[in-house]
Amino acid sequence: MIEIISSGVLSPGEGCSPKVCIVGSGPAGFYTAQQLIKARQDVEVDIYERLPVPFGLVRFGVAPDHPEVKNVINTFTQTARQSRCSFYGNVDVGTDVSVEELRQAYHAVVLSYGAEGNRTMGVPGEDLAGVHAAKDFVGWYNGLPSCRQLRPDLSSETAVILGQGNVALDVARVLLSPLDILKMTDITQPALEALAESQVRRVLIVGRRGPVQVACTVKEVREMVNLPNARPEMVGADFEGVAEALKDLPRPRKRLTELMLKTALEVPGEKEQQRRSEASHAWGFRFFRSPVEILADPERSRTAGIRLAVNRLEGSGEGARAVLTGEVEDVTCGLVISSIGYKSLPIDPSLPFDSRKAIVLNNMGRVQRAAGLYCSGWLKTGPTGVIATTMNNSFDTARSLVEDMDLGTLDVSVVKPGSQSVAALLEKRGVKPVTFSDWEKIDRVELSRGEAVGKPREKLSVTDHNGHRQEMAL
Amino acid sequence: MAAAAVRSSMGLTLRLSRALPDCSNCPFHRSNGCVSGVSNLQRRGSFDSFRTINRHLQTSKETLTVPLLFVFKGLYHGEEGRSNAEDPDDVVNVVYVDRSGQRIPVKAKVGDNVMYLAQRHGIELEGSCEASLACSTCHVYVNSSHFDKLAEPDEREDDMLDMAPMLQENSRLGCQIILKPELEGIELTLPKVTRNFYVDGHVPKPH
Repeated sequence: MIEIISSGVLSPGEGCSPKVCIVGSGPAGFYTAQQLIKARQDVEVDIYERLPVPFGLVRFGVAPDHPEVKNVINTFTQTARQSRCSFYGNVDVGTDVSVEELRQAYHAVVLSYGAEGNRTMGVPGEDLAGVHAAKDFVGWYNGLPSCRQLRPDLSSETAVILGQGNVALDVARVLLSPLDILKMTDITQPALEALAESQVRRVLIVGRRGPVQVACTVKEVREMVNLPNARPEMVGADFEGVAEALKDLPRPRKRLTELMLKTALEVPGEKEQQRRSEASHAWGFRFFRSPVEILADPERSRTAGIRLAVNRLEGSGEGARAVLTGEVEDVTCGLVISSIGYKSLPIDPSLPFDSRKAIVLNNMGRVQRAAGLYCSGWLKTGPTGVIATTMNNSFDTARSLVEDMDLGTLDVSVVKPGSQSVAALLEKRGVKPVTFSDWEKIDRVELSRGEAVGKPREKLSVTDHNGHRQEMAL
Repeated sequence: MAAAAVRSSMGLTLRLSRALPDCSNCPFHRSNGCVSGVSNLQRRGSFDSFRTINRHLQTSKETLTVPLLFVFKGLYHGEEGRSNAEDPDDVVNVVYVDRSGQRIPVKAKVGDNVMYLAQRHGIELEGSCEASLACSTCHVYVNSSHFDKLAEPDEREDDMLDMAPMLQENSRLGCQIILKPELEGIELTLPKVTRNFYVDGHVPKPH
């Protein structure tokens, strides 16, 4: 078949193509890029990422024993390899180049940099040794450069996790999983070694409200129930009235609550009873408890326990509120992990930011009062949801942006320099971006190092500008 | 047609030389319980994925040693199901209803995976976890006359469906639906999950 190509068709890169810049290379950034490239044949997309490596929380947030969730990296890799998509790692937007400079270089800028901060408990003792934000603990076992030096103290028997979402359960599971399982995952070697020495035998997962209000989902609870060498220890009284409430619950909440009820109240069969009595580890939900203070061991100025206020519930369902009863309870523990939510930060003072919700103010992904500026992912809607949620959210933003281009709301007839001008700025500032094929070299090294030790990959400890130069010498 | 024959025979060659595992005899594959996604990688036929297959095989619970003899990067576009040319008994007609309500008829084959089938025909159904029951992005609604002809979902599929927005009684994960002759005429509707799909501002109500 002979294909006739009409002359006069502009090829991409010849001045007139709309150029979009995406800040952040996690699921939000990549799914936004994917849709933009699919929707318009003339769009060129550049993705900037602060770290030398892409993929954001898929790489640094998803638990090591959830490798299937990370398959989405293959989808993102296909996008990155498109000729109209370019990846620039090791570029810190806000420090190395400003949002304003990006807006001048590109027709549109999409902020997809997620939530790098934490919500804090706001209680005395929060900065004691032995207290960590879940985000940092997860970053530690997943090899996030800024968390490499965390050195969590795993020498006491009990760990208390505040928060009952899936991140809290991930942390519990990593603390209690048999080494034989962990050592076949992509958990980092230093974390594996620390966990091999861990004395932690009991993990309490504490929430302010009751069983019907937990933020985790059924798959993760099932994983806890089925965890080898670990038995559930729940407080039956916490489940008063829950069985009666089941029938009115929507299906997802119902299935989750049924599982928790069964685990808490049902007497298991003989085989399971024996398994539980032989288990050397234990885990349990503790409900109706809020942190009041982290208690210190005065001699060693580190965590010795946590004081919890006892709550009761007013109202029911999603809207139920925890109300203090005045009672408190002290729990001995040496490790406290607060898993009460991530938080986005404003990387540029010019961004219209809602500090309460910690999101950039927007309508359907269009940043308010800022033509040509968009947002997707957690920065747009807040830091909850799984990859599927972020995918839909990002597709929405992409549609808004494409609509604006199609309707002329966004003027793409003006020629913009795109990455050329940004590259010049970065060079002047001594910043050397990492390309996608640079990442693929790192990827191959990680895969082969992993293969040598029976793991899917052994993550390199890659850091920022300095670290990048060391790694590239490989 | 010639191209299809070449592709099929290459598939056979790759199997005979054990560069690809022959999934058809694996009990996991037959019961649609393959969590490593290897069999679905073949169906999807994207072959920058020998490395991916290797990685899948390493992360799956059963260990399969697959000697890789060649890298047929970009040459092999796997056709799932039978490798022979069309057998009318194998044909299953499917209709996808996309997110704008458009009906798209597709002539498929027994053994086709409904998610990868959609993707091959340019229908916007994502599969971020690659058919390993670790996400809900391939969520579809099945028409009532065919819904009961499907095998009961695995508990793990139900767990993932629980995460899908706009869950309905007739929701299933596309990656778990494998076509069989009884599914002739099945209609699969993509949920309208995004807020701004409609230019007129209509927002579909959650079910």
